Amino acid sequence: MPPSAWLITFLVLPVITVSNLGKRYGRTVAVDDVSLEVYEGEIFGLIGPNGAGKTTTMECVEGNRVADKGNISVLGLDPQRDANTLRQRIGVQHQEAQLQKRIKVWEAVDLWRSLYPRVVDTDSLLERLGLEAKRNAWFMTLSGGQKQRLFIALALIHEPELVFLDELTTGLDPQARRAIWALVTGIRDRGTTVFLTTHLMEEAERLCDRVAIIEHGRIIELGTPDDLVQKHCPERSVVFTSDDANVAERLQGLGAVERGAANTATYIIRGAGDDFVTDVINVIAREGIRVRGFRTEMPTLEDVFLKLTGHGIRD
Amino acid sequence: MQRRILQGFWKLTWLETKIFTREPMGFVGTLLVPLILFIVLGRAFGASRPVATPAVDIPFNPAILAAVLIALSAVQSLVAIISIYREGGILKRLRATPLSPVTIMGAQVVVKLVFTVVSLALVMLAGRRLFPGVMSVNVFSFTAATLLGTFSILSLGFVLASLVPTARFAQPIGAAVLYPMLAVSGLFYPVERLPRALQAVAFLFPTTHAVSLLQGVWNGSGWSAHWLDVAALLVLFGAFTALSTRVFRWE
Repeated sequence: MPPSAWLITFLVLPVITVSNLGKRYGRTVAVDDVSLEVYEGEIFGLIGPNGAGKTTTMECVEGNRVADKGNISVLGLDPQRDANTLRQRIGVQHQEAQLQKRIKVWEAVDLWRSLYPRVVDTDSLLERLGLEAKRNAWFMTLSGGQKQRLFIALALIHEPELVFLDELTTGLDPQARRAIWALVTGIRDRGTTVFLTTHLMEEAERLCDRVAIIEHGRIIELGTPDDLVQKHCPERSVVFTSDDANVAERLQGLGAVERGAANTATYIIRGAGDDFVTDVINVIAREGIRVRGFRTEMPTLEDVFLKLTGHGIRD
Repeated sequence: MQRRILQGFWKLTWLETKIFTREPMGFVGTLLVPLILFIVLGRAFGASRPVATPAVDIPFNPAILAAVLIALSAVQSLVAIISIYREGGILKRLRATPLSPVTIMGAQVVVKLVFTVVSLALVMLAGRRLFPGVMSVNVFSFTAATLLGTFSILSLGFVLASLVPTARFAQPIGAAVLYPMLAVSGLFYPVERLPRALQAVAFLFPTTHAVSLLQGVWNGSGWSAHWLDVAALLVLFGAFTALSTRVFRWE
């Protein structure tokens, strides 16, 4: 176990503890058996395909849905019994929940402000989220990204210790998505714990300190994105371009050398482990091969997911 | 804590009032349709002699029709708003705040009652001008009776709003319940002369009691003579409210 993991175990307190959570709708099992812990100050991601049980799990933890079985503790409180106290201390962004079409941005913010005893300065919050120019705009006139940013503003207005963000960037264009990612990282950097769900592996990889992969209502793997990739997909490849002759033969000792598309001057070498890239660089240097381009291809969470479940996340 | 709950309630009520006025169709439909109907029917049927005909043939009274229509359009609008809010996840979002369910729904009811008063005031003003000498009814009493009726029918609206599967069905389902209710309310035909079974059904509808109360107020027989109608409106309100808390869906 690396030292950082020891620190997490002994020094950082879990703000969410879920054990053996189960929830069914009629005969459909939405959540079968979920146990997890979320630590203070981290971005924790629950990732999996649509229908895996992400939203149901999250809503049970928020206290907005009643679990059939299992125990949940959030900030030391019971989400059902202490619902009113908990609502003051958490912020929630629901998936696909809208606002009144003709409510103005400032009116929504003003309403939310009036509901909590302690609130942040809304002008600076709107400015931070890039909404100050939209203060008087009707909700229905906002773009998808602006709507999401408003929802984040509403979820943050009472300085919660913990925010829940459910499928935050679904349906957004890549630019808006990046803007939201920066905001979420900012939330964590200000000391708020973030619990999010996503079916976008790139999003999970960029944002999350730790992820839990959920499928068919069960957690099938849990850890930091790096650790999961190392554990399940240690293989990596080096792709480089060279006009030298006999490149393949000169690098034979490293393993199979493939020729890139259409017999161009591109070569691909596959291997595994932390030392592999260094080995390739050393051999190329020793052989004095002139290299025009050089890049490393690492597996991603997407590959981990594919390996663990046998199917892609969007299938 | 108490203060914050009230503050949230008034804020939401004021907000919903503003939002409602921003929707031209709902606004015009609520305020102008009953008014125009009142004026047209008043001219056609003679609002000048609403109580002149003997009680055998219930005098058709455009003012009472207008009051009942105002109440029904408030209910229609409530059902539509709740189903749209549910479909859009707005109810879910509000529910996840410290706002209580009673506050969220209460704000809608207050908005509907406010527009009921405004709409009724327009009808009364038009009546005073266009049919002088007829609108001698006690305005406060008539308004209070309309509000009580609306209040009671709105509770049925919450039950309807629970039954409506999607916003698309709000209008037809509302109409399917509200128009028959209007037909047997005693406004067009005396309830006593309906077949027995239909009478029993009419008795379960708040509109019937609202019409009876409004007719009493109009004729000057007063509230005390109609305490049964008042009691029925309150009992039905209690029953529908209890039912809707059981069947209401937030999402």
